[in-house]
Amino acid sequence: MAQVATHAHKQDQVRAPEQHQQHPIRLYLVVWGFLFILSAGSYFVDYAGLQGYLRWFLILLFMILKAGLIVAVFMHMAWERLALVYAILLPPLLVLVFVAMMASESSYTLFTRMAFFAGAQ
Amino acid sequence: MAQSVQTHTGDALERPPGLRGVAADLSSDQRAFKNVSWGKAMMWIFLLSDTFVFGCFLLAYMTARMSTTVPWPNPSEVFALTIGGQEIPLILIAIMTFILISSSGTMAMAVNFGYSRDRRKTAALMLLTAVLGASFVGMQAFEWSKLIAEGVRPWENPWGAAQFGSSFFMITGFHGTHVTFGVLFLLIIARKVWRGDFETERRGFFTSRKGNYEIVEIMGLYWHFVDLVWVFIFAFFYLW
Repeated sequence: MAQVATHAHKQDQVRAPEQHQQHPIRLYLVVWGFLFILSAGSYFVDYAGLQGYLRWFLILLFMILKAGLIVAVFMHMAWERLALVYAILLPPLLVLVFVAMMASESSYTLFTRMAFFAGAQ
Repeated sequence: MAQSVQTHTGDALERPPGLRGVAADLSSDQRAFKNVSWGKAMMWIFLLSDTFVFGCFLLAYMTARMSTTVPWPNPSEVFALTIGGQEIPLILIAIMTFILISSSGTMAMAVNFGYSRDRRKTAALMLLTAVLGASFVGMQAFEWSKLIAEGVRPWENPWGAAQFGSSFFMITGFHGTHVTFGVLFLLIIARKVWRGDFETERRGFFTSRKGNYEIVEIMGLYWHFVDLVWVFIFAFFYLW
């Protein structure tokens, strides 16, 4: 019997049980409220007609906060094991490298269009 | 006795915190994502690939908008609606945003009630989520027909850079398709929950496997992802 018990103990270490993500409703309602406020904020940016860097900064700020709340709480990333979190959240950051490449490329395209086709427009 | 060994499930193997734990999980020569069922892990990996799809669409939009010499149409005016004689900028898009966020909230609560095995509340909340999603698609259809009536085409529009139409139809069309499929799957799973499939361990018609309430959480992941993509589209396409 003791042998079986130690065997069972070893099984525990090999098999990780699957965890369910159940969290209080209150938490979801609070996040829901924050998402409403943040959305209203980003709509206000347009309604008030803010322009320039302030507009872009506020848009990005509200966007990142909303995305963070959805991923962390609604999609339960805040409670997942770190190996999954890194495997899912790190690769999209590499898209930023792509963004930098395409931003530089489109500036070049704009430059050639201005230089060679400006008269034709 | 062999059976008792097999059915016994203990706690997950402790790992050192931080990156060391990640390395231990990934190099453990077992399953990398411990505590995570294969269904949930596969949904996450699908969502990761979908992130790249939408990332590429938004990148293409950025490239088109940055490289054109023609002024970009002002979305604030293009998507304005006249209500009661007053022109309100972006109002329809704002309503769509609030509807999608609300549907995410009801979905999150459905997951909670699913794990509490409250099948009526779970199914009702999933149905509410589906209704909100369907109304989102309906408003998008209204928005599309309004813009098409005003002369927006993938190759031209009355206000400025021609790429506006192609970017708009591509990005919102693909997102709307995602919402539509989400609504269909919400209805299918809500029906299963309502019927009590996960209490009676009824086998699925397609997979012949017994399901459980985790499918509600996995469905929720997809639905929240659709909401998440809309956050980026709203910021970059409509507000920028």
